[in-house]
Amino acid sequence: MSARSKPINLNLFTIRFPIPAILSILHRLSGFALFLFIPFMLWLFNFSLTENGFALLQKMLSHFFMKFILWSLFIPFCLHFIAGIRHLLMDVQIGVALKTGKITAILTFVSVTLLIILVGIWLW
Amino acid sequence: MVKSVLSANHKGLRDWMIQRVSAILMIIYTIGLCIYFLTHPALSFSQWHQLFSLSWVKIFSVLFLLSLLFHAFLGVWTIFTDYIKSFVLRCFLHTFVLLMLMACFIWGLMILWSV
Repeated sequence: MSARSKPINLNLFTIRFPIPAILSILHRLSGFALFLFIPFMLWLFNFSLTENGFALLQKMLSHFFMKFILWSLFIPFCLHFIAGIRHLLMDVQIGVALKTGKITAILTFVSVTLLIILVGIWLW
Repeated sequence: MVKSVLSANHKGLRDWMIQRVSAILMIIYTIGLCIYFLTHPALSFSQWHQLFSLSWVKIFSVLFLLSLLFHAFLGVWTIFTDYIKSFVLRCFLHTFVLLMLMACFIWGLMILWSV
């Protein structure tokens, strides 16, 4: 069978995705999103270190809308962070089997949700 | 033996190590920063400014930015290598991303230097 005649199914809607797979693609997506945020984060950091900037940021953060935007920026960060820790744990052979991999994936989603809620509480 | 003209291929283990080391450094920095935020409620500008005028904080922050530079480049390199099949386009994108990340790093240095 030549390479050209092998069957290909890339219709994502027909493929079943286990939980670790979903976590993995979200890890990749959040990583890319964070990469795109880097210049903005640097600008924010720079702005916060000027006297006027810091005061303006504090004032802006009392508005619901700005809090919401900042909070939504935390979501990809928290996910990438916790999923990354899961990767590091797998490097030391923790959670590499099928069952344990699934458990750690679920734990990741749970702890990320908790973290996001905590960040929300901290912001308000 | 496979020829690697730019010496950019077949360094998987090196890249793997860089990803892990940079990740761990960034984790420690992030947790440190979170602890700072949690122990300083109602943060004032002078406190924030003072934090980044400490030498060790600046050094740690520069190490963080360096780690971010390496970590982000490798991550994006992986994504591009997976999805972009045209060699020319991929090379261009890799170079562009590398320059962009280096510029961000230099900007970060300038920000920390000015405190």
